[in-house]
Amino acid sequence: MSSPTKMRASVTNGVTEVRALMQHEMENGRRKDEAGKLVPAWHITEFKVLHEGRVVLEGQFGTSVSKNPYLGFRFKGGKAGDRITLSWVDNRGDKRADEATIS
Amino acid sequence: MEVGIDLERRKALKTGGGLGLLGLLAAVGLIQPGSALAEWQKSAFDAKTMDEALTALGVVVPESSAAIQLTAPDVAENGAVVPVTVESSLARTEQISILVDKNPTMLVSSFVIPEGTEGYLNTKIKMAQTATVIALVKADGKFYRVSREVKVTAGGC
Repeated sequence: MSSPTKMRASVTNGVTEVRALMQHEMENGRRKDEAGKLVPAWHITEFKVLHEGRVVLEGQFGTSVSKNPYLGFRFKGGKAGDRITLSWVDNRGDKRADEATIS
Repeated sequence: MEVGIDLERRKALKTGGGLGLLGLLAAVGLIQPGSALAEWQKSAFDAKTMDEALTALGVVVPESSAAIQLTAPDVAENGAVVPVTVESSLARTEQISILVDKNPTMLVSSFVIPEGTEGYLNTKIKMAQTATVIALVKADGKFYRVSREVKVTAGGC
């Protein structure tokens, strides 16, 4: 089971700044475990951030994104109390979506 | 709760090329013998850098732009977590991709910037060794890039 994305969003002068920390191992598929066996690649491939249902950022990740991917970005608009949703999919097909409220 | 990743959009993302630089590389392999290569292309084979080679083959190399700021540490002690910030003040910034030239896989991440979202991204990447970090930005249909060398003390790929 995956853990929830930690996310904060705050609005200043009409610009909302979002900071998100997705919880994921982001295995690159080249690391070996103690027994010398390759650990299969396991990483987030796509994510999407919505503000009240409208896409404000989306993207794709390869294996070179750090463990527990961090993202900081800003968009125009948004007001205190609005919902921000971040969803992701990984290469095993696992999905999750988490919400935060703009403060 | 909505997992809002619809298939059409995914397709568009995949075919619409988050792979700017990799696309260029692919283009090198697409040249047909007998057409462009009627004569042995001295300038292309003599090229010492990727850019020279691409230019010689007639591929458009993204321009550098002072309107893009790429912030990364000069020295990263831990290659597993290297903070990178890309800030583009180009009008209609549509896409930002981050690449590391010496990583086992060069393309780190690619972001689509819709209208209303600023050309600003802060993220953390892995680096296998000392290498050049490249920010590839698509703005108003054209590609631009900036790069920066980061020395890595302990690789983290």
